[in-house]
Amino acid sequence: MLVPRRHAWTIRILATLAGLLTLILSVWVFIGFDWGKAGLGTTNGYQFVEWYEWLPELGITIRLGIDGISAPMVLLTGLVIFTGAIVSWNIADRNKEYYALLLVLVSGVYGVFVALDLFFLFFFYEIAVLPMYLLIAVWGSTRKEYAAMKLTIFLVAGSILVWVAMLAVFVESGAQTFDLATLAQHEYPRAFQLVFLPMFFIGFGVLAGMWPFHTWSPDGHVAAPTAVSMLHAGVLMKLGAYGILRVGFGLLPEGTVFWAPFFIVLGTINVVYGALSAMSQRDLKFVIGYSSVSHMGYVVVGLCTLTLIGVNGAVLQMFAHGVMTALFFALVGVVYDQAHTREIGIFGGLVRRMPWFVGFFAVAGLASLGLPGLSGFIAELLVFIGAFQSYPIIGVFCVIGVALTATYILRLMAKAFFGPPNPAWSHLRDMRPSVWVACMLLAATMLFVGLYPAPFLDRSTASVVPLLERIEQFR
Amino acid sequence: MASLDYGLLTPEFLLLGLIFLVLALDLVFAERGRWLIPWVAIVGLLVVLVVGGWTWGIRATFADLLRVDEYTSFFRVLFAVVALGVVFVSMPYVPRFLPHQGEYYALVLAGTLGMVFMAMADELLTAYISLELLSFSSYILVSYAKRDLKSNEAGIKYLIIGGLSSALLLYGISLLYGATGTTKFPAIAQAIQAPGALDSPGLLVALALITVGLGFKVAAVPFHMWTPDVYEGAPTPIAAYLAVGSKAAGFALVVRFLVGGLLPAVESWLPVFAVLAVLTMTVGNLVAIHQRNLKRLLAYSSISQAGYVLVGIAALQDSDIGAMATRGIVLHLAGYVFTNLAAFGALIAFESRTGRTDIRDLAGVGRQSPFIALTLMVSVFSLAGMPLFAGFVTKFYLFAAAARADLLWLVAIAVINSTISLYYYLIVVKEMYVGEARPGLLSLQRPQGLLTGIALAAGVVAGIVVWVSLGASGWIYDFYGPTLPVTIAVGSGGLVATLVGLAFGVFELPLAAMLAGVFVLGLYPYPVLDLLGDVSSAVFTATAALS
Repeated sequence: MLVPRRHAWTIRILATLAGLLTLILSVWVFIGFDWGKAGLGTTNGYQFVEWYEWLPELGITIRLGIDGISAPMVLLTGLVIFTGAIVSWNIADRNKEYYALLLVLVSGVYGVFVALDLFFLFFFYEIAVLPMYLLIAVWGSTRKEYAAMKLTIFLVAGSILVWVAMLAVFVESGAQTFDLATLAQHEYPRAFQLVFLPMFFIGFGVLAGMWPFHTWSPDGHVAAPTAVSMLHAGVLMKLGAYGILRVGFGLLPEGTVFWAPFFIVLGTINVVYGALSAMSQRDLKFVIGYSSVSHMGYVVVGLCTLTLIGVNGAVLQMFAHGVMTALFFALVGVVYDQAHTREIGIFGGLVRRMPWFVGFFAVAGLASLGLPGLSGFIAELLVFIGAFQSYPIIGVFCVIGVALTATYILRLMAKAFFGPPNPAWSHLRDMRPSVWVACMLLAATMLFVGLYPAPFLDRSTASVVPLLERIEQFR
Repeated sequence: MASLDYGLLTPEFLLLGLIFLVLALDLVFAERGRWLIPWVAIVGLLVVLVVGGWTWGIRATFADLLRVDEYTSFFRVLFAVVALGVVFVSMPYVPRFLPHQGEYYALVLAGTLGMVFMAMADELLTAYISLELLSFSSYILVSYAKRDLKSNEAGIKYLIIGGLSSALLLYGISLLYGATGTTKFPAIAQAIQAPGALDSPGLLVALALITVGLGFKVAAVPFHMWTPDVYEGAPTPIAAYLAVGSKAAGFALVVRFLVGGLLPAVESWLPVFAVLAVLTMTVGNLVAIHQRNLKRLLAYSSISQAGYVLVGIAALQDSDIGAMATRGIVLHLAGYVFTNLAAFGALIAFESRTGRTDIRDLAGVGRQSPFIALTLMVSVFSLAGMPLFAGFVTKFYLFAAAARADLLWLVAIAVINSTISLYYYLIVVKEMYVGEARPGLLSLQRPQGLLTGIALAAGVVAGIVVWVSLGASGWIYDFYGPTLPVTIAVGSGGLVATLVGLAFGVFELPLAAMLAGVFVLGLYPYPVLDLLGDVSSAVFTATAALS
């Protein structure tokens, strides 16, 4: 922040280095996470725990640590911020403020993933929401003020429910603390759980883009600048799903068992409705936006199956979709910066002008429709298996969702990238080397996860098992 | 019998002396020397602040009329901060828009004296007189812009409505005296503990009238009608003074009175306060959405903030939860003081340079004057209760207390209101950062950010040096506990920062200081809450001694 305004490049490099640093740290944390130890011993399944007193009177402590569910999320965040910082190099207007806000946003996201204290989870959650408004309203495009306001109000309205439910849990438990592990040990009365689980679920679900509270999401994605769309669809929406899992499921197992069949239906609607909406869009970013809604539906479905495979699949899907969507938005940014339009219909034959671009897009698209070997396949497969185990009908709908996804992705690619070249776009050039590096990183991650998901599944299994065991008691 | 230890009131005597000093200097100085007057006031207030903090830990009463305890000390310091903030933000404003500088500052200080006595009062007539001292100073200050029609209109409105509410309050006090035979808080508490005392209709009418009278002072809906007009018409620093000081003092009195005198009756009054809270929050927020003028917006926002405090008041009861609610209220008031002073400070900085106060005119400030924009943005986010800033923590604590008092429904309404408020705060932010500056309107200078930084750094270094050197001689800790060294360190740090700022003529200094307060409360409220433990226990021991 102390760098003078005129040194735009210094700022870019600094911010990117900061992104790289966080990525390296994230990888280190991810690899260092020892899943053998999870669920055992005194650390309560969390590792890298840091602990500071903050407000002893309310039992609020800064307690940070990660478990098998947050480890992939931390890695995801590191990936997306690093690549996001790279693709934002072309932002010229007030770029100091831009990067500062971007980094504040990411701090909030990290905070949520590592907070073990309900108060701080919420604290960081709000921090992550706040900079979005400015990032979209100042640096966005296409009805940016409307979209920014809508997004902020939706998300904060969701956090109302979280806030109230959180205080209710605090009072009900009678514990003098907001520590999640302590709160989770308390047995809440059944009626209490039935009332407050939906509050957590919907409150966080708003951020996860759950139908029918998803409408902010495509608008927001479209209006936001590239890196913000990446972070937002890639990471922020995961905060919602993560909150549902960690807070909702973790604290109120009995309510979870009761409400899961209801929310799994909402998740399925997400899948199908998102895919159908994506089919009818003409704007490239709207397609991706609705496809995000659709893919987040798999996460909700996976979570609500309450089976090991399904929840594992959901966690993996969170990661897979984060990387895939980040790649998508980065690519859309590349073409929009040059063409200043995102109409699918008016492109054509881009593959001749921009082979790398189309190549990357194909990777992301194929992952999105679940091609084996890429990250989306394994995650969605797990979700389907989980769904078929508990609710076969839902599974059928999910598979239909995949078919729909295939339809719109392939049609989009056929229309925009292949076919006869449109001479109007002969001036378009392929991506800059820096962006190429970013895209390559994301694509490589997808391939890695698709071919060798074990590191991710090992970690999440370690933490999901105890969670599900607790939920099992209430079946 | 009643003790008359005048030494207990040292900070107040100092403040009184300062008022006369300011008036005398105004007479002595020629026109050209007048710029010194606010600086004299500032230095004097810093002394008052330090001495006020020094009295921490004393618990005594003055003739059973005034109670000196941690609660008093806390508000002594807080109101000194209020007065400091108002004097600071007045400095660029007064010479440009207002006549008679000396009297202006003297009146601000006199009102502050009234505020401090309101927080100390342990007896209803004393409370009433303190309230009137504050009110009369405010009546004059509101209409201080003599040639401005709006200011005159505001003054008349404020005078008439304020007079009416004072009359109601006085009537209520006399009825209460009739019902209980006393005006002293502890004796009232004793009297209404008698069986059947609460059923007396006279007592109920008295409580209703007192609620209405004080409701006017803190601008609770439905007694809020004067607020927007008065804030809009009054000179802007005075609007800040009313929004921050007058309201905080009103609540200081309310809490002292409810806990000290009416706690046995309060529980039957909870529904009343809860309803008032709902009305105040909701009306304040909903009407604020439509405002085009930033002063009016802040007026309605201050109404809604009063509503949040009322949520805490509805949670007052004779238990740990009541003590927690008290801490929540005081903490929220402290955060509110810093936040709103920052907001008004930014507004005044903007107004003194452009002469405008409409939200639309803020367009482009984000580019033209980043510091003003940042200050305003941080303060409105804090008002909206966003994390990193004071507003989040104070609201959270307040609502946690209310939730413990089984008022979860009220908390839900309060949180919904927070979200509504975010909407209109975001509009302000949007104008500043997204809006395009209209040509010819803005003539903002570049802020002296570097100088501000130097001044603040000098202050912080001085504070640390003083603190460490005090700590080196450990006896002071053993003898006085940690409070005194901290007070001295903060006071001397503030003094050094002020002097450095004076040397450079830095205007942004007070804003930066207020922002620092907002951030400190937002990020690490623990030390303050630790102090508040003594504050709430002080208020509650007065009652506990009875039963």
